[in-house]
Amino acid sequence: MTPTPNTSPQLLDPHDARATAGTGAHPATVESALDVVRLLDENGQRCENSRFGPWVEDVDVQTVQSLYRSMFRARRLDEMCTALQRQGQIVLWPPLRGQEAAQVGSARAVGEHDYVFPSYREHAVILERGVPADQMMTQFRGHAASSWKPSETKTHIYSLVLGSQVPHAVGYAMGITQDATLAQLAGESQPPEAAVLVYYGDGASTEGEVHESMVFAASYDAPVVFFVQNNQWAISVPFSTQSRVPLATRAAGYGFEGVRVDGNDPLAVLAVTRWAVAEAREGRGPVMIEAETFRLGAHTTADDPTKYRRTDEEQRWATRDPLLRTKALLNHEYGVDQDYFTDLEAETDAWIKETRAGILDGGPQDLEQRFDVVYAAQHPLVEEERQWYRDYQDSFLTDGADQSLAGSDDHSVTEAGRA
Amino acid sequence: MNQLDDSESTLRTTMAKALNLGMRRALTDDPKVLLMGEDIGSLGGVYRITEGLKGDFGAHRVRDTPLGEAGIVGTAVGMAMRGYRPVCEIQFDGFTFPAFNQITTQLAKMHARSDGDVPVPVTIRIPSGGVIGSVEHHSESPEALFAHTAGLRIVMPSTPQDAYWMIQQCISSPDPVIFLEPKRRYWLKGEVDLLRPTTEDPFTAQVVREGDQLTLVTWGPLVPVAMAVAEAAAQDGKSVEVVDLRSLSPIDFDTLEASVNRTGRMVVAHEAPVFGGLGAEIAARITDRCFYSLEAPVQRVGGYHLPYPPAGMEENYVPDLDRILDAVERAFAY
Repeated sequence: MTPTPNTSPQLLDPHDARATAGTGAHPATVESALDVVRLLDENGQRCENSRFGPWVEDVDVQTVQSLYRSMFRARRLDEMCTALQRQGQIVLWPPLRGQEAAQVGSARAVGEHDYVFPSYREHAVILERGVPADQMMTQFRGHAASSWKPSETKTHIYSLVLGSQVPHAVGYAMGITQDATLAQLAGESQPPEAAVLVYYGDGASTEGEVHESMVFAASYDAPVVFFVQNNQWAISVPFSTQSRVPLATRAAGYGFEGVRVDGNDPLAVLAVTRWAVAEAREGRGPVMIEAETFRLGAHTTADDPTKYRRTDEEQRWATRDPLLRTKALLNHEYGVDQDYFTDLEAETDAWIKETRAGILDGGPQDLEQRFDVVYAAQHPLVEEERQWYRDYQDSFLTDGADQSLAGSDDHSVTEAGRA
Repeated sequence: MNQLDDSESTLRTTMAKALNLGMRRALTDDPKVLLMGEDIGSLGGVYRITEGLKGDFGAHRVRDTPLGEAGIVGTAVGMAMRGYRPVCEIQFDGFTFPAFNQITTQLAKMHARSDGDVPVPVTIRIPSGGVIGSVEHHSESPEALFAHTAGLRIVMPSTPQDAYWMIQQCISSPDPVIFLEPKRRYWLKGEVDLLRPTTEDPFTAQVVREGDQLTLVTWGPLVPVAMAVAEAAAQDGKSVEVVDLRSLSPIDFDTLEASVNRTGRMVVAHEAPVFGGLGAEIAARITDRCFYSLEAPVQRVGGYHLPYPPAGMEENYVPDLDRILDAVERAFAY
């Protein structure tokens, strides 16, 4: 039988932003009553916000310069890493371009006792947490499983199974509460107030584990701030496929407050996150923040956004670039002149050069390191297979080494070959 | 608080009570231990394993969680990162799978993924196995799915004594442990010596009946069946050694190897399906280690390659005395 040609009229995919842009054909979107908190407009001019404005009253020119510097360095690092991936030096790179304000602004709001759970694109957050840029890249180089120690940085490792870190953050926050309860029952002094800040994205917001996390956090009044960077695209799938409503409105369904913030406004992000972290620390958590931003680059270096989104959407968001906006603020409000930016470029050029050398300097450890870390305690199977591995590796003759098979344990070599 | 009375060091009790006593002692000894699960508080769990613990230790240490297995395991991982030792109860074996992602991609791998920086000492208790006359998803034996995942340890006690001290050992293990409880043996009684040192390595097998012609290895709910098989075989003039594997990951191959080198034959019995089951791994490794001692190929007996059947059919699905005896005879037929 000849297959019948498909003669049905081509249906408009309501989730295809390229097909539906401007046609009004998106699925019914419930406009939220939640206003987007903004302290700077798109030209870097101040906006009034009586609720959140006071949270950044202390911010002066030095603070804004410092925010801008962190954002600028993160962008330059991001550009270099994309290039390094193209040169075959990094196995994969998820660019953060466009999300610098959401990341730097929020990371600045947490203190020494707080704990941060990133997803996998939070490179600017990781830099803010004090991880050296070259060290940060060992994971993406394929040289290490993780690039920093959570025990030292109070920052968890990257999580690539989407949303999987969110229940960990809630559990960690439950542990903070448990510490206080145990101290109280034991008549000991209370540990310092602390909160957990967890990052995830608009795509991950659909994961069931994220939903369960919200339920657990609400049930146990966990001091956790859910910080969702809505960058509008989950690889190729637009936000309208994930949700009909702004994600922050979901918080009400779990019984806690959600706030929408302009994720490209570093002052608004800083203000809202400071407020949220204080709410959580003081026992009024959890809190959800939705930072509306845009991934200006590809999902990863393996992605091609031209296949799924329109350039006019990218161009529209490019005008809201957080760096441009912050630079405008520095120019207009604080009268920061070009010398500052010229100096910053020179300083960053030097840092990038040094970082690049540091990244390229290292190599992977031997596979045997993995046998050391799979279990915390001694494990006979791992030790047996470690020996297989050693025997097999040792069965190769190396240059200049006198490794005659006659001198080694023939039986174990055979065993290794079989393994 | 209801402390254990150490003056009475030995008591005869059920595995259910032994588990309860083991967790009671762990909660008493270490304030960082806490229990989490559905219905484990006021109700004491659907099998009453945690009965009375919430009243004695408080709702902050014996937590009735919202109904979400991924949430239970995921938040337990987070609490472990904060320094706690959570003991999660999954209500039934078949309900472990909503938490499968958290167990396999997070709990199992966290220590390796963090290059050893983040230990996650979480114990996950799962009532496991069949022949309880229940509905679907209540009678499964998922051990092979977890044994295949590096980073997890898996145990399954078969006696009240082992249940009592192994649960304590697993809770203090720095690695995550899947603690399978043979639910049809919860009411099996045995001697429990409360003062017996709990320093013994729980990740070892135990020869529970000596014999010299065949090694019958099994674990959990089939151990009493294997003992009956050995008795029946003895009446037939065959000497069967029974090994209670106890630890399913790691597997104590040294004990199995020593036994098979003496007996020359091996049968592995488990409730889980034979295909891709732990019997396959045991058969392969024992064939490798004991090739010149074996009189017959290692025989396997277990569930068929079917979803666990409706209760009315389960007695023909799970290996019983006759089916295991049949496997023993196959081994002797070579």
